[in-house]
Amino acid sequence: MASTRALARLATRRTAVVRPAVSSFSRGLASVTDTHAREPVSKVAEKIVPDRAAEVVPESKTSTVREPTPGKDAKIKTFHIYRWNPDEPSAKPRMQTYTLDLNKTGPMMLDALIRIKNEVDPTLTFRRSCREGICGSCAMNIDGVNTLACLCRIPTDTSKESRIYPLPHMYVVKDLVPDMTLFYKQYRSIKPYLQRETPAPDGREYRQSKADRKKLDGLYECILCACCSTSCPSYWWNQEEYLGPAVLLQSYRWIADSRDEKKAERQDALNNSMSLYRCHTIMNCSRTCPKGLNPGLAIAEIKKSMAFA
Amino acid sequence: MARLSGLQRDVLALYRECLRAVREKPVNSQSHFRDFARDEFRKHLSVNKKDFATIEYLLRSGRRKLDRYRDPEIRDIHR
Repeated sequence: MASTRALARLATRRTAVVRPAVSSFSRGLASVTDTHAREPVSKVAEKIVPDRAAEVVPESKTSTVREPTPGKDAKIKTFHIYRWNPDEPSAKPRMQTYTLDLNKTGPMMLDALIRIKNEVDPTLTFRRSCREGICGSCAMNIDGVNTLACLCRIPTDTSKESRIYPLPHMYVVKDLVPDMTLFYKQYRSIKPYLQRETPAPDGREYRQSKADRKKLDGLYECILCACCSTSCPSYWWNQEEYLGPAVLLQSYRWIADSRDEKKAERQDALNNSMSLYRCHTIMNCSRTCPKGLNPGLAIAEIKKSMAFA
Repeated sequence: MARLSGLQRDVLALYRECLRAVREKPVNSQSHFRDFARDEFRKHLSVNKKDFATIEYLLRSGRRKLDRYRDPEIRDIHR
């Protein structure tokens, strides 16, 4: 009961976030003067590794790279960031404003956040790990769109201010960190592993034809960042029972796997009014997915396979 | 006793559950756990009873803590 009230209140508070993603969401390239830093690691490593004779040049013999002075051409961008500290539970969440010079900041939102944390405000809290869109830690709501901060360019238009919130309709642990307990619990509930009784015919690994493997493309790439689930209105209102697009996509990944032998059981577990059929093909999931996957299609495929089963 | 709101009943239910969970702990450390649980509640006595968002957050974190401390591997608690 308490939780439904919390959800209802969240709904009223966050309606501003629900505004649809504008298709012409042009995120320009923020300028980085140091192009050398963007060279692939391997190229740099080649220079370092094979030549052991090359010693490090001491700093007295090299020039100093000075920080560009904040002159006339400084590109000052304003960021409004959602802040909430669990240590003061009765204090209301607030939007903190930060300004950064884009000339000194990397091109991505995550670079801006890291720079704020390093140089401006060390109390700012967010999850981050790989900074290249493979871990899914830095999922957050940026300018009204759920995305990964590491894959989202900072819009170079400095007249527009960026607003960063945690994923909508998740309980907040602190600042931009959402509580993913329920999401992971739902993921566990679909048994995301190979279930098989019979051994492989030749006693080696379970083999798959190229065509069967191809069915998993567009499914296995999901990194479980929860961007899609938290953009789905159905998931907002029925979080406890509806599994949500991310988990259903994973469910379909195992239903579609030719090596799995528990297809019927998996389908049976979804065969109720809540788990799967709360999807009303709103398609916010496919629109928001930072990896360009299509959870909406996967859910439709599950529905289809169950209709003809 | 006055009629309690749903939220108040939730808090009391959590409190009761905490005190019950204490009994599953080894006898000589039970008082430590009991004091700890009571203190955790007492810390937030000053929260306004109309401050629902805060109370709901504290309830949620309280349930999480209860789950964590319920682990039979945790045999004693020191503060």
